[in-house]
Amino acid sequence: MNEQKTNSLRNGPTEEGRFGDFGGRFVAETLMPLIRELEEAYDAAKSDPAYIAQLSDLNTHYTGRPSPLYFAERMSEHLGGAKVYFKREELNHTGSHKLNNCLGQILLAKRMGKTRIIAETGAGQHGVATATVCARFGLPCVVYMGATDVERQAPNVFRMELLGAKIVPVTAGAGTLKDAMNEALRDWVANVEDTYYLIGTAAGPHPYPAMVRDFQSVIGAELREQFDRIEGGTPDALVACIGGGSNAIGLFHEFLDDPNVKMYGAEAGGYGIDVDNGHAASMTGGRPGVLHGNRTYLLQDEDGQILEGDSISAGLDYPGVGPEHSFLKDSGRVNYVPITDSEALEAFQLCARLEGILPALESAHGLAQVMKLAPTMDRDQTIVLCLSGRGDKDVDTVSQHIKGA
Amino acid sequence: MKTERIAKKFARCAHEGRPALITFVSAGAPDLATGSAILQGLPAAGADLIELGMPFSDPMADGLAIQLGGQRALADGHTLHTTLDMVKIFRQNDDTTPIILMGYYNPIYAFGREKFLAAAREAGVDGLIIVDLPYEEDEELCLPALEAGLNFIRLTTPTTDDARLELVLQNTSGFVYYVSMTGVTGAALSNTKAVGEAVTRIKIQTDLPVAVGFGIKTADDAALIGRYADVVVVGTVLVNAVADSLDSEGKATPETVSAVHDLVASLADGVRRART
Repeated sequence: MNEQKTNSLRNGPTEEGRFGDFGGRFVAETLMPLIRELEEAYDAAKSDPAYIAQLSDLNTHYTGRPSPLYFAERMSEHLGGAKVYFKREELNHTGSHKLNNCLGQILLAKRMGKTRIIAETGAGQHGVATATVCARFGLPCVVYMGATDVERQAPNVFRMELLGAKIVPVTAGAGTLKDAMNEALRDWVANVEDTYYLIGTAAGPHPYPAMVRDFQSVIGAELREQFDRIEGGTPDALVACIGGGSNAIGLFHEFLDDPNVKMYGAEAGGYGIDVDNGHAASMTGGRPGVLHGNRTYLLQDEDGQILEGDSISAGLDYPGVGPEHSFLKDSGRVNYVPITDSEALEAFQLCARLEGILPALESAHGLAQVMKLAPTMDRDQTIVLCLSGRGDKDVDTVSQHIKGA
Repeated sequence: MKTERIAKKFARCAHEGRPALITFVSAGAPDLATGSAILQGLPAAGADLIELGMPFSDPMADGLAIQLGGQRALADGHTLHTTLDMVKIFRQNDDTTPIILMGYYNPIYAFGREKFLAAAREAGVDGLIIVDLPYEEDEELCLPALEAGLNFIRLTTPTTDDARLELVLQNTSGFVYYVSMTGVTGAALSNTKAVGEAVTRIKIQTDLPVAVGFGIKTADDAALIGRYADVVVVGTVLVNAVADSLDSEGKATPETVSAVHDLVASLADGVRRART
């Protein structure tokens, strides 16, 4: 562990799970003892050399880490400014950064003697990663997925079924990620003895936000070393998409105390930030509130009722965000910006044609921000985008939008 | 000074040698007029205390019935302000039946904590049950609520061990609410003997009345649980009675109000034979 600096932005959370005023443990009493137990188990695991070694071995041989740092030469030329690099998390086994977190948590679940795994998923990337580790470790897996998402992410639903998971479509509300998370929490309350809830993003009650961040921080840690070797020093800017924000915090956390590294989080701007309930940009278009175990920026109405939000990307279609991002927004360290559906679609197509890479629609939001940023920077400057997932799952959605449904 | 309606009501039930009956209804469901009529008639039907659900878009600890009940109210334009207005109107005719608001933290947080506590006290609310505020978050609302003269009633569950129970009870007032099972509202009643043992375990640590809820559906359930508990809480079946009485478009019918009150009367009969 690095020595803690008193003025560091990397010290959070507190023992109470707070990042500034955000985070916390806002859950029903039935779940509190389980969350405390998880906290203790994780504290013990993260300082256990055997656990660390096993996770590291799986990261290398199962996931395929380290993920490459790739110079996107034609994209850089096209944009005519900063050099653009991709941190290629989409090349991981299962096709996204999600496996980094799932491996860490499944090993923890095994240590805790849990025999059943539940998860929520939006785009299905986390569901696939969870189903994958459950297959690998021989544990039964139930994935809650909004009915709307089951429909628009059909390929991932079938992948999960192939991996042996049971998919439960959730029809309450708009049938998206928030509703899936409610249902997973209900399952957990009803099955406290044997069940481990494998949350997919850096949100929820403490210790999930910190734990998921730690597992994803391998992204930033690898990048520091890779970048220094290739370019020397640190990047001038980092960009990642934000739904719950796990790939972004995994990229950012390593560099929070490097003041020369600018950071941008691309939120789902949907039809536009001015359209009522037409986006899922909780930080640019919401205000602090309490949902799913933590205080964070939320899309909500005057009465504190949670709004559904809207985005072309099922993985960003969530009315909240991880509490550490809320803290980083208020502290001014990270710039959070909305990217509309059409900007993301344009980035998706440009990336395909210029680099031969189909990014996930989620990651395409990050790329759209890179496209705005790069031309404003000098040619000797650098931007690193976390290319968090691959876009195979999105080709139907993209085709519908380009050709008109 | 805390409101005294809760303590007075329990004293009276104890004097009658029976457990008290708490009825839960979703505020403003299925619409404001019907919801108000249901609320007004609960004491006459036999409810000793009233738990009024504050509708929330994401009631994570509740089953589908209560979620849909809340959604009906929200779809009708219900807000936390309307809930407080309902209490205010109720208090014009009834100054003895305790009203406890039950729900989730975010609508209160959005209302403004201090502002909400003052408005709730003013409207005639006696206590709060906020599902997603465990003792770890006492400074958020529990301590300010006690300060403002409202009771803060805490849930304890089968996963709450003795060490934790002591901390759960620390800032609890009015009564303690034992959730009879691990699960959401509306599931089936677990074994009643275990419930009795749990109540005994809680009573070792507190003098507060112990309420038992989750899974109580019939007068017989109420009579059975009432053997052990000081208070019997019934919710989902009342919410279901509303749902079952609605027409095909989900609107209230002439039967809606009486469906709830008839069921309350039968449950009230159940608690009256619990100890005979």
